[in-house]
Amino acid sequence: MQNSWRFLIIHLTLLLALLLNVMPLPSAVKLFRPDWPLLVLCYWVLALPNRASIGTAFVLGFLVDVMVGTVLGVNAFGYSLICFIVASNHLKIRNFSVLQQSLLVGLLLALYHLVVFWFSHFLTGVYFRAAYLWPVVTGMIVWPYLFWFLRRTRRQFKIQ
Amino acid sequence: MKPLLDRGPSLPLRLFFALLASIGLITLDHYTNSSVQLRGYLTATVSPLFYLANLPQDMVFGASEQFMSQQKLLEENRTLKNTLLLQNGQLQRFQFLQQENDKLRALLGASPVTEGKRLIAEVLAVYSHPFSHQIVLNKGSRDGVIVGQPLLDDLGVLGQVVSVGPTSSRALLIADNTHAMSARVERTGQSVVAEGIGQSDSLRLIHLPHSTDITEGDRLLTSGLDGVFPEGYPVAKVVRVHRDARQPFLQVTAEPYAKLDRIRYALLVWPHRGISSADPQIVEELKQAEQGQD
Repeated sequence: MQNSWRFLIIHLTLLLALLLNVMPLPSAVKLFRPDWPLLVLCYWVLALPNRASIGTAFVLGFLVDVMVGTVLGVNAFGYSLICFIVASNHLKIRNFSVLQQSLLVGLLLALYHLVVFWFSHFLTGVYFRAAYLWPVVTGMIVWPYLFWFLRRTRRQFKIQ
Repeated sequence: MKPLLDRGPSLPLRLFFALLASIGLITLDHYTNSSVQLRGYLTATVSPLFYLANLPQDMVFGASEQFMSQQKLLEENRTLKNTLLLQNGQLQRFQFLQQENDKLRALLGASPVTEGKRLIAEVLAVYSHPFSHQIVLNKGSRDGVIVGQPLLDDLGVLGQVVSVGPTSSRALLIADNTHAMSARVERTGQSVVAEGIGQSDSLRLIHLPHSTDITEGDRLLTSGLDGVFPEGYPVAKVVRVHRDARQPFLQVTAEPYAKLDRIRYALLVWPHRGISSADPQIVEELKQAEQGQD
């Protein structure tokens, strides 16, 4: 009972991230919105790879697809891929400094955006604009704070 | 030490299944028609999340209205009253014109144009993804919203509804990459197709020959030919005409009248009459013409 309740915290943070992802924002800052669900997922996969893995990533990506209106499965694909990279290297990534982690997260975010763009380009014929990559930069900036916040949450609720 | 990932299949195998499932979903969604209904159900399922995500904004707006000074409220009231007076004046003239139009149509033997039902919907979420310009509205099938229904704001055409849940629906904006609509140049009556290019402030007019009479500043209205948008609503203004003889067609860019990047409320319009219900004779003729083409 106690343990499953703690386990719920992970889902709660993921849900919160989903809400942040669709929250209405002024159009001037909308383009800079970090990919909250992916960042939060990365943290949980990094910290507890036995709790959050590719299954979680797939479901989360699917929910993002439904909520943002991209072709179903595009984000699920990207999330699963990023989750795999993080999960298979979690022991190494954990030993990095926060700054190094930030850079790595930037790389992963860029990969995710390129995958999503690549699918969208083939399916709906969008053209590339450099502005599509702003979330990579904001994601890198946000990562250390998010990492700190989620680690505190994890320790507070003793989720293992 | 407790081994990690001690249960279930190995990581690469899981990735394989996840990617396979994703590609299956993409195929299902993009290449089959069943996804419209599926999307409807999914939209219905996640709509509470949209209401939840909208809560902070609603609270901020509510609070700002609470603390608005009396002075400001009075001022706003005055402006609104003035606008109402102005528009009611125009409406009187409009009613007169409509009567006249009905009479003339009756003389010509044409079917009268009737006003359809209208409904104001609030925007729950504007999707920010640069690849898809869509909005979620707080009206659904319980309010009679249907797939393919046109959407307007006070300045022009916004888009059309693409999936409907019981209490919410999703609409595609005219600026989306996958959206194209039929329009007409007001000055010359030239039919054009306005295609979204994924930017909220511009549309592209495609397949126009170099000899087309079109200039910057031309107004584009809906033509009603696409069977989705009723005729005569403003769509966009032509802002750039580039004549390059090396290209097969004119390159024309138009700017939508509707403020696609700051929508709060949208007007849902029920199409009054399609060709199908207008005149059985015309439908018959069209069918014959189609068969003749085959």
